[in-house]
Amino acid sequence: MERAHAAQARPGQVAWWQRRRLREQVRLSLATLLVLAGAAVMLVPLAWMVSTSLKDEGEVFLVPVRWIPSQIRWQNYPEALVFVPYGQYYLNSVKVTGLAVVGAVFTSSLVAFAFARLRAPGRDLLFLVLLSIMMLPGEVTLVPTYLLFRGLGWLDTYLPLVVPSWLGGAPFYIFLLRQFYLTLPLELDDAAKIDGAGLFDIYRRIIVPLSKPALATVAIFAFFQHCNAFLSPLIYLNTMEKYTLPVGLRFYLSVMGQTHWNYLMAATLVAILLPMTVFFISQRYFVQGAVLTGLKG
Amino acid sequence: MRQEAIAFYLFASPWLVGLLLLTLGPIIASFVLSFTDYPVIVAPRWIGLRNYEKMLFDDELVWQALKVTLTYCIGAIPLRITVAFLVALFLNLPIRGVTLYRTIYYLPAVISGVPVALLWMWILNPEFGVLNNFLRVLGIEGPAWLFSEQWVIPSFILMSLWDIGGLMVIYLAGLQGIPAHLYEAAEIDGAGLLARFWHVTVPMMSPVIFFNIVMSVIESFQIFTPAFVMTNGGPANASLFFVLYLYNNAFKWFKMGYASALAWLLFFIILGLTLVIIRSSSAWVYYEGKLRG
Repeated sequence: MERAHAAQARPGQVAWWQRRRLREQVRLSLATLLVLAGAAVMLVPLAWMVSTSLKDEGEVFLVPVRWIPSQIRWQNYPEALVFVPYGQYYLNSVKVTGLAVVGAVFTSSLVAFAFARLRAPGRDLLFLVLLSIMMLPGEVTLVPTYLLFRGLGWLDTYLPLVVPSWLGGAPFYIFLLRQFYLTLPLELDDAAKIDGAGLFDIYRRIIVPLSKPALATVAIFAFFQHCNAFLSPLIYLNTMEKYTLPVGLRFYLSVMGQTHWNYLMAATLVAILLPMTVFFISQRYFVQGAVLTGLKG
Repeated sequence: MRQEAIAFYLFASPWLVGLLLLTLGPIIASFVLSFTDYPVIVAPRWIGLRNYEKMLFDDELVWQALKVTLTYCIGAIPLRITVAFLVALFLNLPIRGVTLYRTIYYLPAVISGVPVALLWMWILNPEFGVLNNFLRVLGIEGPAWLFSEQWVIPSFILMSLWDIGGLMVIYLAGLQGIPAHLYEAAEIDGAGLLARFWHVTVPMMSPVIFFNIVMSVIESFQIFTPAFVMTNGGPANASLFFVLYLYNNAFKWFKMGYASALAWLLFFIILGLTLVIIRSSSAWVYYEGKLRG
């Protein structure tokens, strides 16, 4: 009807629905331009890092800035990494993060299974405790925990960085997985029980295979938590060779001082390769992770 | 039934051990320690309320640390909340290549921590940094940023605006959960773009905004890494963030008792602020399916 009406409109006059579509397209184009400009601004710091890392010392301090170095110095990278045992830091970080992630995923999924599937006196109270300590700032337990690990003789080892992850990971991970397990139909458990499966079988053969996306989300959260962690390795590790990447990078800064920015930026760039790679591999789980926390409009 | 209960405690045992040894135990220990003088090398000595007296009446640095942290929070949180919301709104539009843009805006969140701190030290370098170089092109002589007492906190706020990916993702998830029929209904009622934003998007998103505000307050009060790496509290304690001061007391000066008292002060401030926000929420947060009295 409207179309017919519009078709009757005199030539040169634009029908309302055409006008509307045009207006929408103009709006969308403007939005695209804004988003593009914003993205460019977000990328400037990274471009600045890459550009600096390839300059020679003199050009680093050139005013005004020369974005593309007159001579691209790839050798900055090997040169930058000899002042501290950087490769060792990489290995340390991979080791600590790997062990912590495995522990966090494994134990938090076990505990979440208990909360989602098993009834016991005290369960609801314990769940309330879990929720309330989610909000507890880590600083409150920082000093006594340090003293505990010190008493156990764990200072300057990786145990304080890894063992807590094997004790349930973090309350948030348990909460997230419990919420996810609750969405899995109980009939599956019952069917397995009739077939004579024990609880651990149900966990391993039914819950875990069906929860792969949720478990992946927890793994990724745990990865970034441990890969970027700074305060705990700073407190617990004393020997320079044992540092993880973040502490190692900060040590590098104190060794080099604020002068050799080309080397510092090269080292920074190498440090972020690890989280960046994992991010690009695991990207699709990020929005999903946010959705899984149960936050829907 | 009994068996099931035993199984529950068995499955939950890793966390229960952690809860006792790494959370509840330390909470009690921290509380007790806060009434002692404990320099680690000798046994703790009971000194009653002396730590709290010193903290509240006799230590100017506590007030400085609170002032610094609060100034940062007041500057950073509203900006971050708003900017991240705007970015999420735009990245929820059917723009070509939107996935790529989302990745770009999220990227800084991936590398947060020490690398970001180092990068921004160089960006904010007064003479050779890219920011002041850019300002010079515009004919503005930029401030000394991290080296200036007035500008060091704005520096941290500016830097925090680069790292909004975490907030943005949560907003995006919320936006995608708003049912399209609400927009359609509003449109049939003749609502324009702005009206739809104010009467559909904002109320539907208010629980998510609320969540992000609470998390931002908790997070911002605990900021440590950038302050430790970039300024170590300087110049003249102008960036002495609260947790940095706590760290110095505990692990630089080994005043474990005093540091514990500081931790409790931090806890109660965060708790208080969270409660205030939660109480205010009934006035502005809209929960679908909940009747409002």
